[in-house]
This record gives sequence, structure tokens and C-alpha cells, in this order.
Amino acid sequence: MNAKTMPVAAGSEPNAVDYAVYHSQAIFTAEQENIFRGQTWCYLGLEAELANSGDFRSTHVGNTPVVVTRATDGTIHAWVNRCAHKGATVCRSLRGNQADGAFVCVYHQWAYDATGALVGVPFRRGMKGVGGYQADFDPAEHSLERLRVESFAGMVFGTFSPAIAPLEDFLGPVMRKYISRVFQRPVKVLGYARQFMAGNWKLYSENSRDSYHGALLHLFYPTFGIYRQSQESAGELSEEGFHNVFTVSKPKGDVDYGSFGDEANREMQGEAKLQDERLLAFRPEIADDVGLHIQSIFPSVVVQQIQNTLATRQIVPHGTDRTELVWTYFGYADDDEETTRHRLRNLNLVGPSGLISMEDGEAVELCQQGTIGAEGKRSFVEMGGDDVRQYYAPMGMDENSVRGFWKGYLGLMGNALADLAAEGRA
Amino acid sequence: MSAAAEVAQVAQSAIDDFNAAYGLCLDDDRLEQWPNLFVDDCLYQVIARENVDNGLPAAVMYCDSRAMLVDRVVALRKANVFPEHFNRHLIGRAVITGVEGDQVSAEASYVVFQTRNDGETRIYNAGKYVDRFDLSGGTVRLKSRTCIYDTLRIATLLATPI
Ligand code: FES
Ligand SMILES: [Fe+2]
Repeated sequence: MNAKTMPVAAGSEPNAVDYAVYHSQAIFTAEQENIFRGQTWCYLGLEAELANSGDFRSTHVGNTPVVVTRATDGTIHAWVNRCAHKGATVCRSLRGNQADGAFVCVYHQWAYDATGALVGVPFRRGMKGVGGYQADFDPAEHSLERLRVESFAGMVFGTFSPAIAPLEDFLGPVMRKYISRVFQRPVKVLGYARQFMAGNWKLYSENSRDSYHGALLHLFYPTFGIYRQSQESAGELSEEGFHNVFTVSKPKGDVDYGSFGDEANREMQGEAKLQDERLLAFRPEIADDVGLHIQSIFPSVVVQQIQNTLATRQIVPHGTDRTELVWTYFGYADDDEETTRHRLRNLNLVGPSGLISMEDGEAVELCQQGTIGAEGKRSFVEMGGDDVRQYYAPMGMDENSVRGFWKGYLGLMGNALADLAAEGRA
Repeated sequence: MSAAAEVAQVAQSAIDDFNAAYGLCLDDDRLEQWPNLFVDDCLYQVIARENVDNGLPAAVMYCDSRAMLVDRVVALRKANVFPEHFNRHLIGRAVITGVEGDQVSAEASYVVFQTRNDGETRIYNAGKYVDRFDLSGGTVRLKSRTCIYDTLRIATLLATPI
């Protein structure tokens, strides 16, 4: 579909987006309604984080605090972390195990079970005949607000929408295929990193889809003379355009690429030489030659395999210019100690201190700072054309999947943006 | 004073002096000297307290050789892009947690303030060092330093070592 035939919303098109989208509080609020609490499935965490009944993890859907739990019968649930009495935060920990299955609000001790059902209210009949709730008080009407929850390949998603199609349809066949690639075997969590960027969540969403910047912003590889021009890349988008994946693999029929470090020495042209090549060593462990797999699932998660690092990156929008990125690092459940150590070494490449990725946090903030006061002016997203295609070669310098993001975004936000524009608010 | 107590006392002042110098080495931007504060076969990691408390090993920096520290510094100087900044370490008095000959374990609290081009100084990273020192040969060098940070959310990114 040609991007130019997309409906124009508040002057934005997939290849030219009004900078107001990064700054407008009205747009941010509309996004919560139309995207995060609208027709999408949002990533909540991994099943591996909820191994036992009673396990819970605090998370977010958009800026809404949500808790995901495993109930005594093994099923996974998610509810808004907001007491049905006066709105207090019910679960105050990041993660843990609630062995008795009861989540008690500390304020007046309303108690909920892992499914979010209200199971206890102190002094419901009052005290010594005084006070208490009316006889028709029905606890079933005062449960926590629940989300629909579905999992795919060990990734747990939730939605506020009663109408949206099942998760598998939302992901589509291409995204499912690639998720299954990373989650080919049971995983175990290795830890977390949280990165807080003074920028809009969509700047990060564009960044994770933008393969154009890779070799230009991230200078680690060229600095150490590691040129890998002969590699093959592939990119695919979901039908709506808003999910995408790109992979980079070793060239077909080439010499054994057990170590990118060896390659660095062969082709070294940079000024510097890597002193400890174990940092970069790659041990292919999936039956293909893919060394880099970056998959952005709209609206809030990136799945990655870079060398032997495996991670999800959850995007939590806290405000127009405040975005948290929660990195969840994992390995495979059957990793031995040495394999885990190898993953830890590879993790130097990614995350908030990642040698090939730390710059992304800075890029997001630079775009946020640079577009202050630029409402009505538009970006220029035309590398590789102005359309949105389902297949592309990302190493060939193409912003196709960034346009795909905006196509999907504008599709969900179109009317809201137009209404805001009509009211003169965005 | 017992021999062990005497070693501990010597170690105490040697390690406190070392930590003060370590902080200034980083804060004065003498990054090239920083790897020399470690033995060759060292371990340096920066890891979130939430991971340590939950028995999870993933660190944002994990360097298990001095060569890897050198690679970090070269990358920082030549490749990585990050906000221009000054760091300022405040490191508390070390607590000696174990002495085995000239191998000494210690812990110390630290705070790193960061000042960027907007001129504001913010608390950037607070935590503690969990260390193993090699005091052999009349020098103090780190065998391992684990920076366990309380500051769960890293502002923008973490480029300069802690
Ligand atoms: S606010 Fe939760 S019990 Fe009152
Ligand atoms: Fe990047």
C-alpha cells in the first residue's frame, strides 16, 4: 500500500510525522485510550517469570500499572493495580510470590485473590452492629479491573479490549514464526536492567525498527575494524505494518563463522584492535546462521537475539517525555554454567551499557530535545521510498518498517488525532 | 595486636586510599589508567541490586579480564555516543569482610553524581562495591569489583564505569 494514500491525521503521514506527536499531552492521553487500552495486545512478561503458583510481577500496559500473576490452578491472570475501594496501589512489590494467593490492600485491607476477585472486606457488617456495608453489597461487583490474558511461546500478553481477536491473530503468522525461533526451547530469566529515557515512547519504537542508523550511530564495529559487508539481511512486516522483524545472518556457503572475533582479525582495518574477543564470540545455537534478530511487536515490546544475548525490551510510557525500557535477559533453561557466563559476556554488547546499543538512549533524547517547539513541522522518513512493503532488505538502508510503525499507529489513532486537531489541541 | 588484626589495619587504610584514588581516576577522566587498577585475570561488573537480591546474574557491564576493561575504554573514547557529562564519586569507608594472607575482601558504599550540559547535578547511581583485593607485592589491585546499584533505573544510559 502506498503510504501517501493513508488517511492524513493531523497532518501526519507514515513518511512525514508531525513532531507534535512526541510532545502533546492530549495525544499522549489519546494513545493510552486508543492504543494501550485499545485494540492491541500488550506484553506483560514471560511465563518463565511466573514459574510457580502465587508468583507475580508488577508491570505496565501503557502508563497503567498492572500485575500479572499465576493462580493456584496454574492459570495466568492480569489486573490493574488499583484497589476497587479508593484506588490505592494494591501490590507494592516489583515481583514475588504470594503463597496464600491473597493480595491485600494495606489501606483498609480489602483482599483479592490472584485472579483479581475481591475475597475479603474487613468489617463488612460493621462493628457491634454499627457501620458496615448495605446488605446488598456484592463483592463480585468490586473486583479489580481484569485484562484478557493470552500467551504465545512463553510470552504473556494482555488486553483491555473485549473485542480484539485472539493474540495469535494479532501477532500474525510472520511474527509468530520469529517469536518461536527465539523461544525454541524453555527459557530461564538471567536478570533485568531498567533504562529511563527523557524521550517519547514512539521515538524508541521508531529506533528499534530503524536499521538505517545501525552502522552510522553505533560505531563499535567499525572502530574495531569489524566489517561484515557480506552478511545477508532480511526484513518482514506484519500485514498492518506495525510489527516488524529483521535478521542478519552470515553469508551462505562461507567459511565457518564460529567467532566474529576471528573475522575481525582477518579484516581488521580500524585503528583499534579488540583485546578480548570473547566479548563478541558467537556460538550459533539455533538451526540457522542468524546472529542478529530484532523484532518489534507493536506497541510495547522488542524481542531480540544479538549474538548469544536473548532479551525482551518492554516499553513503558510514563509521560510524553519519560519512557522506561525494561530489559529482561534470558537464556535457555538447559544452559550450563559456562554457557551462562558466555551470555553474560555477550551482554556487554546490549542494554543500557551496550557497546553496540547504548547510543539508542541518547538518540531518543536528542530527538525529544530537538523537536521542542516544532509542532506543525514534520519528519522526513523516506529512506528506501515512501511506501510500506511487507518484505525489505534492512541492511540496504531502508526506513520501510519505521513507516510501517506509523501506518499502524495512524490507523489506530487517526480519528483521535483528527478530533484533537479539530479542537485545536494537537 | 594480633598479626591478623595488624594485616586488617594495614589493609583498611590501603583500601580506603585505593578507593579514593579509584574515584578520582574515573572522575578526572583518566580512563586509560583505570584498567591498571585491576589484575589481569579480574572480574568487573555493574549489576542491579534487584538481580543480586533475586539470585540473577545479568549485569549491564561484565568484564572478566583486564583486556575487556581496555576494550571498554577504547570503545568509550572512539565509538560510543553518550551525553557529555562529569561524574563525581563519593565512596564511603571500606568494611573489611575477610582476610586470607594478602587477599582481602571488602565492601564500600558509593554514590555517583552526574552533571550534564544542562548544568544540573543529579544522583546518577548509588550502590555498593563488593570487592576482592590483591595486596601482594606492595601494591593494591582489584581482583574483582562488583558494583551493585540500588538506582534501578539508569538515566539514559551508563557509559562511564562506576
Ligand atoms: S483503598 Fe484499598 S482497601 Fe481502601
Ligand atoms: Fe540502535
